[in-house]
Amino acid sequence: VVTIAPQRRRRGPRSWVRGGGVANLAFALPLILVFGVFSWNPIIRSFVMSFQKTNLITSSWVGVDNFVHVLNDPLLGTAVLNTLYFAGLALLFGFPLPLLLAVLMSEVQRGKGVYSALAYLPVVIPPVVGVLLWKFFYDASPTGVFNTILGWAGIPPQPWIQNAATAMPSLVLEATWAAAGGSIIIYVAALLGVPGELYDAAEVDGASIWRKIWHVTLPQLRGVLFVMLILQVIATAQVFLEPFLFTGGGPGTATITVLLLIYRYAFQNSLGGDYGEATALSVMLAVVLAVLSVIYFKLTERWSQ
Amino acid sequence: VSARDDELQPDRGILSGFDRRKPSVRVSMTVIHAVLIVGLVIAGLGPLLWLAKAAVTPTQDSISSPLLLWPNGIDWANLGAAWVEVEVAKYFVNTLVIAAGCWLSSLFIATTGGYLLSVLRPRYAPILNGAVLATLFIPSVVLLVPLYLTIVRPVVGTSLLNNYLAVWLPAAANAFNILLVKRFFDNLPREVFEAARTDGAGPFRVFWSIVLPMSRPILGVLSVFAIIASLKDYLWPSLVLPDPAVQPLGVRLPAIQSQTELDVFLAALAIATIVPVVLFLLFQRVFLRSAGLGGAVKG
Repeated sequence: VVTIAPQRRRRGPRSWVRGGGVANLAFALPLILVFGVFSWNPIIRSFVMSFQKTNLITSSWVGVDNFVHVLNDPLLGTAVLNTLYFAGLALLFGFPLPLLLAVLMSEVQRGKGVYSALAYLPVVIPPVVGVLLWKFFYDASPTGVFNTILGWAGIPPQPWIQNAATAMPSLVLEATWAAAGGSIIIYVAALLGVPGELYDAAEVDGASIWRKIWHVTLPQLRGVLFVMLILQVIATAQVFLEPFLFTGGGPGTATITVLLLIYRYAFQNSLGGDYGEATALSVMLAVVLAVLSVIYFKLTERWSQ
Repeated sequence: VSARDDELQPDRGILSGFDRRKPSVRVSMTVIHAVLIVGLVIAGLGPLLWLAKAAVTPTQDSISSPLLLWPNGIDWANLGAAWVEVEVAKYFVNTLVIAAGCWLSSLFIATTGGYLLSVLRPRYAPILNGAVLATLFIPSVVLLVPLYLTIVRPVVGTSLLNNYLAVWLPAAANAFNILLVKRFFDNLPREVFEAARTDGAGPFRVFWSIVLPMSRPILGVLSVFAIIASLKDYLWPSLVLPDPAVQPLGVRLPAIQSQTELDVFLAALAIATIVPVVLFLLFQRVFLRSAGLGGAVKG
């Protein structure tokens, strides 16, 4: 203590001010306040609350009761399976298609800007408008928009979101339409970064177009493809708007997702919000997603060096 | 258009000049070209054009023959009815006020925070930087309920329910924005700051007169992110703005659907789409660059 005392005296308040301490603090305070109140505080609070019984006035410790309740909720299994089903279908519909479109778009020699703009347009439409518009397109009557189109091809009208079997694929179809543009733009940018010499070299070895795609393009995109995969899984695991606005979780329980269940615990509870159970489920979901984000950050860190 | 295309043009793609001269490739490229443009127009522009048409046609048309190219009569009154009777005008203004506030608060926190962490770098900067970056690992879902309770029952002061600060301030606590700005500031030439300091400019002056003017590209990207995120958000504003009088149009639309006639409702949907689509058409390059950059920073 004695040895560092002189050092401390040298860093007294006056030199702190002269060294720009006040200005630093003026720039630090907004950041600390906003992140403190609206980010760090709720993060810590969610871990505390998941072990509490909380209403708006009082809270009491209940140990792991919230977790036990949530894990015993028969709807949880349904919600997890539905979320996995949504994520799986979203990968099936939404992962290869943007890549294919991006590869084709980047081989087009003229009007690329127009293609990118057209592909990106659905992304800028507010998601609420997109869902409500598609809800109308999904009208189950023979004169519904999509059923009219099916009718031209001689296919009988489909029930779309009104049937438990077709509801989830219909939701995923809209979600894919709404999100594909963003992936396409990222893939187009990544394709521009593939060095032309690699294609030159492949041609010297007599590679066909397909072999160039398989042995040059795809390996070069491996990094960005994996990142997009993880980002998509993280996003689809938190799907809310589509099931909430299209079907409200129905028909029956066919489209209840994990986030919809959290929402129901907290905000659609006739007995008053069960915030403890809602945060307990959020924390469990967050732990799964945090593992994915850590993998993703480790990878991007390695690739950006 | 040609300048923009040049910029996007790589030295070469998968197909070589030799490939392109082959008749089979030439035919398939023409077919692909045609399929691409038709597909993208249908999927990208189709729903918007349909919505624009439905906004000015009678309900009966949209229900019984929605894909009729030439509608049976034009009903311009839909737009007026939506604007006045459904009070879309009020919600539209709310939307703009919320977006403007989110934009300002995000820009303020990201630039001042980025400046602190990248240029001023006090001794506690690494800790602060770590604490900000750590929030990137926490998925937003975990914040939903505790953040809501923070708004309803804040540590100091009264409830922020139905107060726009409840939307503006959490929007600014965005670690991704800070990271983006900090990385940009990290690459600005230090000599300029040093020269300004020797000329007697204080930290505020360096920030306002040197750093900000040099950061226009990243401020554009940040603005696109902040405004679009605000226009797209539904869940959060619907929770903290329960009073319809202060809700944005996006939150209001599902609620008014049941009490509104279909043609008027579709007109309201069209009005809600106008702002983001016009912004996109005006600032297309910034949007597409941001989308690519989002991937580059994320990726």
